Amino acid sequence: MAVEAPTKKLLQGNEAIARGLVENGCVVAASYPGTPASEILTSVQEWQRREGVEMHVEWSVNEKVALELAYTASQTGLRAATAMKQVGLNVASDPLMSAAYLGVVGGFIVVSADDPGPHSSQTEQDSRLMAMLAKIPVLDPDSPQQARELTGTAFALSETFSIPVMLRPTTRVCHACQDVALEPVAQLGRSANFRKDPSRWAATPKFRYQLHLELNEKLANIAAYTPTAPRCHNPQTVSRKAVVASGPAAAYVREALGDLGLWDQVSFHQVVQPYPLHSAFIEETLAGYDEILVLEETTGVIEMQFRDRSKVRGKLSGAVPEAGELLPEIVERILADFAGLSAAPSAPAAAPGGRRPTLCPGCPHRASFYAIKKAAPKGIYPSDIGCYTLGINLGAVDTVLCMGASISQAAGFYHSYRITGQQRDIVATVGDSTFFHAGVPPLVDAVTQGARFVLVILDNATTAMTGNQPTPAQGTPAGLPVAIENLVQGCGVRFCKSADPLDLPGFTALMKEAVAFSREEGVAVVIAKSPCLVDRSAPRVQRAQPAVTAEKCIGCRVCTAAFECPALEYDETTKKVTVDRMICSGCNVCLSVCPVGAIEEVKG
Amino acid sequence: MSRQQLIISGVGGQGILFITRLLAETAIAKGLPVLTSETHGMAQRGGIVISHLKVGDFSSPLVRPGKADLLLSLKAETVALHLHFLNHSGTVAANARALPEAAAGKEAVTVDADTLALNLGDPRSVNLIVLGRALAQPGMLFCSAEEVIAVLKARLAGKEKQLQGALAALKAGMEYGAA
Ligand code: SF4
Ligand code: SF4
Repeated sequence: MAVEAPTKKLLQGNEAIARGLVENGCVVAASYPGTPASEILTSVQEWQRREGVEMHVEWSVNEKVALELAYTASQTGLRAATAMKQVGLNVASDPLMSAAYLGVVGGFIVVSADDPGPHSSQTEQDSRLMAMLAKIPVLDPDSPQQARELTGTAFALSETFSIPVMLRPTTRVCHACQDVALEPVAQLGRSANFRKDPSRWAATPKFRYQLHLELNEKLANIAAYTPTAPRCHNPQTVSRKAVVASGPAAAYVREALGDLGLWDQVSFHQVVQPYPLHSAFIEETLAGYDEILVLEETTGVIEMQFRDRSKVRGKLSGAVPEAGELLPEIVERILADFAGLSAAPSAPAAAPGGRRPTLCPGCPHRASFYAIKKAAPKGIYPSDIGCYTLGINLGAVDTVLCMGASISQAAGFYHSYRITGQQRDIVATVGDSTFFHAGVPPLVDAVTQGARFVLVILDNATTAMTGNQPTPAQGTPAGLPVAIENLVQGCGVRFCKSADPLDLPGFTALMKEAVAFSREEGVAVVIAKSPCLVDRSAPRVQRAQPAVTAEKCIGCRVCTAAFECPALEYDETTKKVTVDRMICSGCNVCLSVCPVGAIEEVKG
Repeated sequence: MSRQQLIISGVGGQGILFITRLLAETAIAKGLPVLTSETHGMAQRGGIVISHLKVGDFSSPLVRPGKADLLLSLKAETVALHLHFLNHSGTVAANARALPEAAAGKEAVTVDADTLALNLGDPRSVNLIVLGRALAQPGMLFCSAEEVIAVLKARLAGKEKQLQGALAALKAGMEYGAA
């Protein structure tokens, strides 16, 4: 068969959301990367470039700044959006709560991507609860195609009611790909036009009460807004049982009802706006059915809005698991049970096993962690969010709380030991992007309060974990780079030195110096500078791979266990180590790790 | 074949996303609807990475256990890990010297893609070698080698060196199958 020219394009969910934003006249977009939301802004940049639209698109220093910046564009009448992962919304929650009261002028969308599972997050939190807390509507797409469609709906909703609208995709939407039909890009031709109104935009508490009343009224009307009303997929089915689902769970239900032969036996309603749930829908569903099953991720947000829950089964009733991803096989089982099918299908189980993630072979972070452990072998090691969290494999990561917390926790450890008459070496690690994001305030605090620890800023000149987005240290074509050294010094730190961790002996010596300073004087900062290996913007150096001389290798496993390079393999039968030529990057750090010099450079 | 469910798995860094999207675009080129699900984030750092690919009339991107028609495994150890996704007549194409024990009784093909990739001087070409091996097996995939090559050429247009490398890898896998 001949391959025809495609009329539809393969888009990842995040690319589809980006496309939807650009198609619907969004001209300001700001984001901070985080899985599963990272590709949204990259893709907005790409669509902007291809379509030649005048926009401001930025990787902001953190989510709070991103939301504030985009919201302000909406205050001037432009359409704007901000995108982040669910825990990023925690950081941005302060402006969100307030913006909900003030309302918007130009359409304003907050994309908050959830990660049930979780696959790559510290919590499974449901952003829809954050929408409830802020009292703003939230839309819950089931697929890339629907995510694209709902961005247009969200802008219309936002402008109709002058309210920020949340779009909440989950990992299975963000990181799904689908054939999506593109629509033309709308050029709205609006100009920024900020109408001063201090009693609204700078409202004092007295007026905030008034704004709260208005917000409640908006919500009541949004609960009757037709374009976002629940959709019944099988209106011809007459049943006393209904399943109500949103997001990817709705996509699973659609497939499972067909496979189980239940399409004509159970009514199926898809909710696209879980909050506020349409009031007429609540009444009609409660009146029209004897049993109602609600399937949604991750919390029972739709379920809890049914005020009478005697007929409702879901997370709160215990019928649906309250933690973990609601996988299609689980949905199928619950549906079969709900429909009273005698032999519920049982899915074959996964075999146990797997593989823990590790830092890349040749990753400079591995060398940094190894040096840290040499310089402070009995230390406490607070760490942070990024690839370097994987330093846990080397025993060099003791705590991971949230963005920037490595520094506050280092101070917390110091003071806790100090007031109980003890001293411990404390070495915190934070990535460059994370340091910019939330590391500066705790560093100021630590210096001010006289804390003593070493902070290693792992500066690989990129945001590696999420796909190599730039950091403020790279600057932008329009702006100036901000140097980490200057920031550190500006925080009042008196010991600030940089070195390349791939020079393991030199870096270890510097770490020892920093640890000594921290014991006597205060905060010492070491900036470990070396580029990320998967960053395509960094120059790639092709280096020769070393080899292990079998006669010299004593099988001590220091290189595989303590140094943990995945390119070094210990062979149980020969009791020797070999270099995996498929993945070794030739960084040659292992040469200084091997205690007997068995790993040697290959001259060629 | 207008409907197929696939699992593609291996470890982070092997280019699983690349061949998932290549196959998805081939489906679109054939006028077939497609849905995929990708792994991003922490697991991409050397952990187990899995892609789901559903060609035809589906609404969800995830393949349920017991439903897959084909498992493409770029690392032998993932055969055992992901075999439960296969249906009764599901087949396996794996990067392995010999068929992993777990797949005994299944219709399966193997290819020593690591060695072939090293011989080609490109350890990152394992993905296309395994895909080539599966394409050489009649009826294993919803598409033909020619259809994949057409999409590959469109994808890598203007990147001549990359394209030649990709085509060589695909061919190496296919010829291994013919040998
Ligand atoms: S992606 Fe970069 S920073 Fe992350 S583990 Fe690999 S080399 Fe290290
Ligand atoms: S040179 Fe040594 S440490 Fe570096 S990647 Fe290769 S085996 Fe690992």
